[in-house]
Amino acid sequence: MNSLIPLLVAAPLAGAALLLLGGRALDRFGHWIATALAALSFAFGLALFADMLGRDAEHRAVVERLYTWIPVDGFQADISFQLDQLSIVFVLLITGVGSLIHLYSVGYMAHDERRRRFFGYLNLFLAAMLILVLADNYLLLYVGWEGVGLASYLLIGFWQHKPSAATAAKKAFIVNRVGDMGLSVAIMLMFAEFGSFAFGPVFGAAGDASQGKLTAIALMLLLAACGKSAQVPLQSWLGDAMEGPTPVSALIHAATMVTAGVYLITRSAAIFNLAPDAQTAVVVVGAVTLVFGAIVGCAKDDIKKALAGSTMSQIGYMIMAAGLGPIGYAFAIMHLVTHGFFKAGLFLGAGSVMHGMNDEVNMRHYGGLRKYMPVTFWTFLLGTGALIGFPLLSGFWSKDKIIDAAFAKGGAEGWILGLCALTGAVITAFYMTRVVLLTFFGEKRWQPDGDGNLPHPHESPKTMTIPMIVLAFGSVFAGGLFTLGSSFLNFLEPVTGHQEGHPPFNSYVVSVIATVCMLAGVGLAYVMYGRGPVPVKAPVGSLLTRAARRDLLQDDFNHAVLVRPGSALAATLVWFDSKGLDGFVNGLAAAIGGLSGRLRRIQTGYVRTYALSMFGGTLVLVASTLLMRSV
Amino acid sequence: MTSTGEAVQFWVLAVIAVGGALGMLLMKKAVHSALCLAATMLSLAVCYLAQGAVFLGVVQIVVYTGAIMMLFLFVVMLVGVSSEDSLKEQLKGQRVAAVLCGVGFGVLLIAGLANAKLSHFTGLSEANAEGNVQGLAKLIFTKYVWAFEVTGALLITAAIGAMVLTHREKIRERLTQRQLAAQRVKDNIQVPPLPAPGVYARHNAVDIPALLPDGTVAEDSVMSTLRERGQIRDVSQEMLQRMAELEEATADWLGRPSSARPQVAGPRQALETVPTPTKEEAE
Amino acid sequence: MNPVNYLYLAALLFTIGASGVLIRRNAIVLFMCVELMLNASNLALVTFSRLHGNLDGQILAFFTMVVAAAEVVVGLAIIVSIFRTRHSASVDDSNLMKL
Repeated sequence: MNSLIPLLVAAPLAGAALLLLGGRALDRFGHWIATALAALSFAFGLALFADMLGRDAEHRAVVERLYTWIPVDGFQADISFQLDQLSIVFVLLITGVGSLIHLYSVGYMAHDERRRRFFGYLNLFLAAMLILVLADNYLLLYVGWEGVGLASYLLIGFWQHKPSAATAAKKAFIVNRVGDMGLSVAIMLMFAEFGSFAFGPVFGAAGDASQGKLTAIALMLLLAACGKSAQVPLQSWLGDAMEGPTPVSALIHAATMVTAGVYLITRSAAIFNLAPDAQTAVVVVGAVTLVFGAIVGCAKDDIKKALAGSTMSQIGYMIMAAGLGPIGYAFAIMHLVTHGFFKAGLFLGAGSVMHGMNDEVNMRHYGGLRKYMPVTFWTFLLGTGALIGFPLLSGFWSKDKIIDAAFAKGGAEGWILGLCALTGAVITAFYMTRVVLLTFFGEKRWQPDGDGNLPHPHESPKTMTIPMIVLAFGSVFAGGLFTLGSSFLNFLEPVTGHQEGHPPFNSYVVSVIATVCMLAGVGLAYVMYGRGPVPVKAPVGSLLTRAARRDLLQDDFNHAVLVRPGSALAATLVWFDSKGLDGFVNGLAAAIGGLSGRLRRIQTGYVRTYALSMFGGTLVLVASTLLMRSV
Repeated sequence: MTSTGEAVQFWVLAVIAVGGALGMLLMKKAVHSALCLAATMLSLAVCYLAQGAVFLGVVQIVVYTGAIMMLFLFVVMLVGVSSEDSLKEQLKGQRVAAVLCGVGFGVLLIAGLANAKLSHFTGLSEANAEGNVQGLAKLIFTKYVWAFEVTGALLITAAIGAMVLTHREKIRERLTQRQLAAQRVKDNIQVPPLPAPGVYARHNAVDIPALLPDGTVAEDSVMSTLRERGQIRDVSQEMLQRMAELEEATADWLGRPSSARPQVAGPRQALETVPTPTKEEAE
Repeated sequence: MNPVNYLYLAALLFTIGASGVLIRRNAIVLFMCVELMLNASNLALVTFSRLHGNLDGQILAFFTMVVAAAEVVVGLAIIVSIFRTRHSASVDDSNLMKL
């Protein structure tokens, strides 16, 4: 059964190879191959999951070693997969949601002439992500990590004819690169400290390492997680990444890419648990991001960017939970899974809306769409409910646990984190209600597109609605299912460990408070957007709104702090290179050239001149010979 | 020390040799240079004989002066007997530098020889005991036989090389007289025969162009080789001058006033010979 | 008279020949100057032969003559073919090798 593990990766990888190398012959049915292979990978995942459930908790983790990748004395890198409870959760999420997104893309990308290539990239994305979560050592994880970065680059910039898409892809890649640097440094530190980067030896020896080393490694891992999971301060790429096709956004935000950071921190729990300073940093990053993303999400009129802000915020919840230590790991993963369902559903819904509205993304140009797109409306509504933590929907269960855990941290820290989480909940409810109201309710504010045609909204084809419906089911029931008898918690506990938190008040109280907060947010949004007409053109807004529209000045900050000095440095170096080095080199060349030009005159082409120089030379020779003789 | 006779002979020959060499150097015409060189070579041949190199002396006369110098003369004829070097030096400073180098080199050589302490000399009476030719033959066919054989190869190569260099590939059939005539009619540039040179028959005629009725030169009348070398002697001016003098004399004798005298054509443009193809054209 | 005088004569002739090569422009005359230089060295060789009392010097002079003959044949052929193409026997006109 374990031999299925490599096939998990191999199926989408083969799909990617087939589609990218196969050529035009596959244009007609290549997308079905890709979808089938993604589904096959999901089937393998299910089989392995069933097999795993058949064993008792201690024997569920298995390692399947393929071969030794780099066999050097004292340095051994294996291509080796580890499938444990944590991995299988990710595998099922990635392949399951991934397959649905594949199916959805069949409809969404139907008219794109480069569809085959798109599906090749999607498969590559899945394969890279699977390598990432299945690796049993950090080096192989790094391979997947980079693969995810590459695939995201290719997909975000898929419509490369648009300069904005090309720029966004480049931005995502470069910002990710900063995080990747953290991971590579972390791996090097690990190898220097433990002599290995396989999970087993590293986690086993983590207890013997010094506090400082562990903190350094953990902080580097956090940097990596920030890059991939779009956490402050490396979150700026996520909003621009919306330039990619909508299924890509769904894939990045729900199943792959941004979850990688959470996975990395959870997987490295053994290191983080021993480095409390680093954990504090993780928590701070998570808390800041969850508020940050939520604020950004409120201000955006672009439906996808609003959802992107939401993702940032929700991942912030997860990171914060992961930073809380054993009381939060399982809940982070649980929220990750439920989030995977409803966020994928929301993005697919957004894509469906855009599909019907001539690719319009500005919510102020939507309005009243619920009659025209009932399936989209209802699935979107359920997704929204799950996201804002409407009681008994998925998000309610998982988010409550995180808020619980935040309060359980204890002391002032716990209160601050808990209040942050509650604030996030209010804002989340506000902006998601805003999105729903602007999109599906109110009067029609449709604008003619570039060709002057008013959009004719219509429900999307079956290939697009079916994934949305399936995901809506997940959004509704997953959370409850996981919480029922703490099944998810018990399942993950052998890997992540668990420690019951002791919040200052009963968890039911927390639920009630969270629900009240949620309702407050919804009500606020209704007051602002549901009662009166919504202006088609965005009002100027307060200072905060304007800042939030600009991603809370993140890009301006980066530009001022990093780009401008970098450009200045580059300009200085260019100046030095062109004036200093080139000047020297060119001067040398010019000097030699000039000298040669003078020397060239010797070559008159006249035989007699040459004869004269020969004769003169003979004269000198004879003279010097005689001179030497006489001396 | 040598005999007085040889000393006298040496001084005479040395003067002739150096004079010939300088003559070769300074004569403008190649033919004169060749003749001067021949004189130098002959005097050198006598020097060889005087120094006991009988065979070499004879070879010098027969091969050098007789064959090589004649070859030179042939080539001089081929290239143009009277083509002269213009005296103007074209390369800046070449002449001065050459003279300086030459003088310096000569001084150095002579100074070197003077310092060489060559007072003692053996003389060839012993080596030439069996006769100079026999002695040389013995050496050539024993010690230097290999070099001698190689020399044979060298001469063969040189002979073939000379033939190859001067050989002209015939790339088309030679035109017959009939074809040439037909071509001339077809071209219609010069259908009748070219004018003959030297109508006045006062000179060796071939290099003197015929004069047209207006007194100008008919350059066609001179053969193309001479034209190319620029060796046309124009006598038209002279003739006109003499005609004018004759008219003048007649008028004087008849006592005509100056106004009634016939006007002689004014000085004409100097004869423009057909330019030889210049470098640019050749290229 | 000391036979060294022959050597002085040879040196003088050689120098004149060398100067001629540098000064004259007519390729044929230039060649004659080369011949003069060869002759001068021949004279020196013959004189050396006499000084040393063996015939090796004369043998060398003999070979020099042979080589000179070969050289003249090839050289004059070159001059003739150059004259044919360029209508000039001046070495200054053949200056295509300049830059």
